[in-house]
Order: sequence, then C-alpha cells, then structure tokens
Amino acid sequence: MRQLIVRRLLQTIPLLFFVSIACFALVKLAPGDPVLSFVTPNMHPEDIERIRHHLGLDQPAYMQYLLWLKEMFRGNLGYSLVNHQPVAHQIIERIPATAGLMGSALLLAVLIAIPLGLAAGSQRNRWADKLINLISYIGISIPIFWLAIMLIYLFAIQLHWLPVMGMRTIGKESAMDVIKHGILPCSVLAFSFLSTYVRYIRSGTIGQLKEEYVQIQYAFGSSKRIVLFRHVMKHVLLPIITLLGMSMAELVTGAIVTETVFSWPGIGSLGMTAVKGLDYPVIMGITLLSALLLIIGNLLADILYGFADPRIKTTR
Amino acid sequence: MTRRLLTVEDLNVSFETRDGENQAVRGVSLHIDQGETLGIVGESGSGKSVTAKSIMGLIAPPGRMKSGRIEFAGTDLAGLEEKDWRRIRGNRIAMVFQDPMTSLNPVKTIGDHLTEVIRRHRGLGKAEARQEAVRLLREVGITEPERRLRQYPHEFSGGMRQRVMIAMALSCQPELLIADEPTTALDVTIQAQILDLLKQLKDQSNLSVVLITHDLGVVAQVCSRVAVMYGGMVMEEGTVEEIFYRPKHPYTQGLLRSVPQRKSGYRERLVPIEGSPPDLIDPPAGCPFRERCPHAMAKCAQLPPRFEIGPGHRAMCWLNDESVKEELAARPEPQGGAANEGR
Repeated sequence: MRQLIVRRLLQTIPLLFFVSIACFALVKLAPGDPVLSFVTPNMHPEDIERIRHHLGLDQPAYMQYLLWLKEMFRGNLGYSLVNHQPVAHQIIERIPATAGLMGSALLLAVLIAIPLGLAAGSQRNRWADKLINLISYIGISIPIFWLAIMLIYLFAIQLHWLPVMGMRTIGKESAMDVIKHGILPCSVLAFSFLSTYVRYIRSGTIGQLKEEYVQIQYAFGSSKRIVLFRHVMKHVLLPIITLLGMSMAELVTGAIVTETVFSWPGIGSLGMTAVKGLDYPVIMGITLLSALLLIIGNLLADILYGFADPRIKTTR
Repeated sequence: MTRRLLTVEDLNVSFETRDGENQAVRGVSLHIDQGETLGIVGESGSGKSVTAKSIMGLIAPPGRMKSGRIEFAGTDLAGLEEKDWRRIRGNRIAMVFQDPMTSLNPVKTIGDHLTEVIRRHRGLGKAEARQEAVRLLREVGITEPERRLRQYPHEFSGGMRQRVMIAMALSCQPELLIADEPTTALDVTIQAQILDLLKQLKDQSNLSVVLITHDLGVVAQVCSRVAVMYGGMVMEEGTVEEIFYRPKHPYTQGLLRSVPQRKSGYRERLVPIEGSPPDLIDPPAGCPFRERCPHAMAKCAQLPPRFEIGPGHRAMCWLNDESVKEELAARPEPQGGAANEGR
C-alpha cells in the first residue's frame, strides 16, 4: 500500500512538468499582450518597452519558461503581472472561500443523490423514478450561469431573502452572514453535481437489484429496505468514490462560472480575472494546483476503493 | 404419524413477455410430508424452479401466480401479506440456490451473511449470533470457522460457498428446505460431498427437503419420492422405487434411458429423447410431451388426467387408461408401458 502511494506520487512529478509546459505554451499562443493593460494614452513607447523589460516579457518564450521553472523549484510561483502580488499568496488566501463552497456543495449533492438514486433505481419506470429522472436531466442540461442568474433574480432581487452576491456584507463579521451568502452558489453547484450522481446511483441500483444475491436475500426474509440499504448501497457508492476523487481538483480550483456569477472571492474567480488579463503566472499556478489535486484525488479514490470493495487489492 | 407439511394444488404461474404469456407452470399439484425428501426432476424450462419460487412467494413481475393454493403447515400462503412472508422466508422455509458463486453479496463477509439471518429471525444479540454462526459453519464442515467468518465470499471456493449457503439456510431450523439444483454448478467430487452433507443434516433433524435437480443419479441417492416435471406440469409422481423400476410415463422412461448405467464390461448406448421441449408461450393443448413421445396417438390431443397406478404413484399419460390398454393389447404388435424396452 505504502509502495503504491509513493510510486503514484513520484509519477506526478513528470506529469506536472508536462502540464506546466502545455499550459505555458497555450497562454503564450493566445492572442493579446499583458503589457497593454498598463498602457495609458499619454505613455511613450519607451515607457511601454520599459514595463515590458521590467516584467521580463521582452525575453524569448523559452527563457521566460525556464525562469519560471527555476523560481518554481525554489518554491516561488512568481508574481501576478497585474497586481504584482505573489501568486502562491493569492491562491492560498482564496482557498478557504472555494473549499468551503465546493465542500458543502459536494456534501449536499452526495447526501441528496444517494436516497434519490436508490429510490429511482428501485422504483424503476414508476412515477418516482420518472420524476427523479426528469429532475436530473434538467440539472445536467441547464447551463449553470443561467440557473444562477434566475435564482439571484428570484431569491435576491424579487424576494429579498438572500444577498445578491459576494461572500460577506461589508462591515459584518458573522458566520451566519457567510452562510447566507453561500446558500445560492452552493445550491446551484450541488444541483449540477447531484444530477450526475443520481444517474450513476440509479443505474448502479438497477444493475445490482438484478444480481442473484439480491434474490437470495429476499429468500432469507430480507425486506426491500434492508436489501437496498444494507446490500445494494455499498456497491452503488463505488462509482461515487471515483467521482468525488475527481472532484478534489474542483474542490480547490472551484467552479469558475459559479464563482464569477456570484462574485464569490474564490480561486475560480481569481482564475477568470487572470485569464482575462493574460496574467500567466496566476494561470500557471492555478493549473498546476488543479493538476496536482486531480492526481491526489484519484489516488485517494483508488485507496478508498480498496476499503470499500474487498475484492480489489491495492497492492501490486 | 406422517404429517402433511406442504400442499400445492393446481398452481399456475405465468410470465408476461414481449412475445406473449409464458405459462411456466400449468396446474402443478404436489405435496410433501414431514421428514421426507421429494425430488423434482425435469429438464431446463420444465417449471421446477418456478414451482420452488412460488412456494417461497418469490415470483416477481413480470411473473405472476395466476391461481392455485399453497398450504404450509396449515396456513394458506397464497394470500399472505409481504410482512408475514418475510417471517417465513429463511425462517420456516429456507432455500439453497444453484450457483453459490453469485449467491453471496461480494462486499459482505461470510459472518455478516450468517449473523444477519440469525439476528433477523431468532432475535439474538450480536455476540450470540456470532457464536451461533461459528457453530453452524463447523456443522457444515468448514474448518477454522472463527477466521472464516471474517472472510469475503471471493476467498471461498464454490463448494465452500455452498456449505455457507446451507449453513445460512439451516440457521433458523426451518421445517422445509428447498434446494434448487444445489450441486449443478459444482465439480463432481464436491457434488458428492454436498449431497452427503445435505443427507447427514437431514438425518439429524426432522427436516423436509425438496430437491430440485435434472440429475436422476442425485435423486436416487437422496430422495424418497420423485415428481417428474415436463412443460410446466407434473408428468409422473411416486416413490423412488416406483419411478425407477416401474415408470408409467413415456417421458420418465425416456429420462431413465438417457442416464448412463454402471455395469462392468458392458458398453451401452445412451438413448436421448428426440426433439426439444414445448414452447410455453401459447403451448399446444393436450399432453405437452406428445410431439416427442414414441407412443403418441390421437387421444393425446386431449390433456390426460392423472391416473392412479398404485399408492402415491400417479402418471399423466393415456397409456394408463383402461380402454387404451385394451385397444393396444388388441393390436398385433404391443407397444408401450414397460420401462426396459428399446434396448
């Protein structure tokens, strides 16, 4: 087991290296010039060139990359081209907001998806199943930004029940205030996650209920409820472990669209701003972080699988 | 002295399929007395398993028990509520299934399987149920039961899993055990072990057993009475001696001829039954075996009644009708009846 973890973590080093090259190349290939955001109408061309030199943008691209890499190995993710703040600092500062939002959304999604999926799967083609199916199809097909805007319009603007955007009311420092701000973005995210989870759990339940051991449980006096919760549920949760493992990256890098619509001060909105300003040190930082987390999430999922399903041995 | 434990009367079970109604069981009547072992024999699709599942109340849509009466120890099971069914299943009537490889939940330990049943029906606590599980595993011949309880099904061989299933089935001292082809999926040596185990466990208690099989050898080893099923009906029923030595139905006779005989130094050709079983979606009227029967005659287009041959020996074939017998005797070449012809 330990061997597996060490080997998988070592594998991440070359992987992250390639991710960084690809990401850097893509940003460089994108049209636009980050220096332009500093230009004011009465600037001399020399001034512009000075800024370009100061930011190191006058050097060839591969040099820029090597410089970035050198600094990276010293634990420095570089500085934002826009506000000159250290990238690592900016990211770390925003992790709690994103992790809190995504964590609660994922938890909510799983907690709702399990009973809904089991109900749909065990009532296959009956009205409960059809209703749950309809809801999850809606969740999968509705664009997230549209749903977000509709909810803001209804609950914040029309009903005044919840704040429109942001994470805190200025001047207020209470947990309740943050929760109130979080309800809408969290619901939107949870809805989109849970729609996918429900589909997985439903089809898993249908498949498991056809298994021979289920029939045999009935023959030994199990009720439908016992079969569903004691026998089928464990099988059905296996794919959810994988999905959650893959969501690890999102847990920190956030939902770019949702955070932007709700002006949630998380990593997603930081990334959005960085992309708009071609602020490549920030883009690189966020990309690397999400790649790393994706790998760790998958590793965790593999390890958890070993615990959840005794047939899988993680040693090899 | 012998008490009637289970009576099945005129059972009809159908499955709704895309092509129409599949009449899997058509008018089956059976009974089993306390302490006896009844073998139900027949080829695939003859309705054996469906009959067993009906006795357990396990016919689920698209299947439906259309009519019939199932009386178990004085109670009519057909009208039972689901809640009352659950108190019978695994407790008073238990079942062992064909394929032990898929019978157990792969993510639950053997101990979980056993204690769940024991606790449900006997109301024991966790520790007591565990002790009981250890005792049961030992009884079915599993060594190191304490360690084995913590293992998962995939760590057990097929024969061992079937032993676990038997332990589960016997955990609540049921009155009736239905074994649905319990040895079919196992190796021959393991088959013999499992049969011995079943026999031994049966001899220790006053358990009644319904053994479903397509293997006449198995029937000869363990059963006291046999019902031969074909096309969803019981063709012939009687004691093992009657059925093996004086079969009165051509289908039973055919089955017996298709079983290899062990006679030293004498090689004999097995005689298969030609043709294939009837389609049970819209089955032909009359005797279901008519199209494959070497003795088929015009009368067979009518469904024959059950002819009493002797005490407890019944056969559903016109050959046993007095008028048919006379007619056949009048012909120059006599046909039918005896088992040992056709060699």
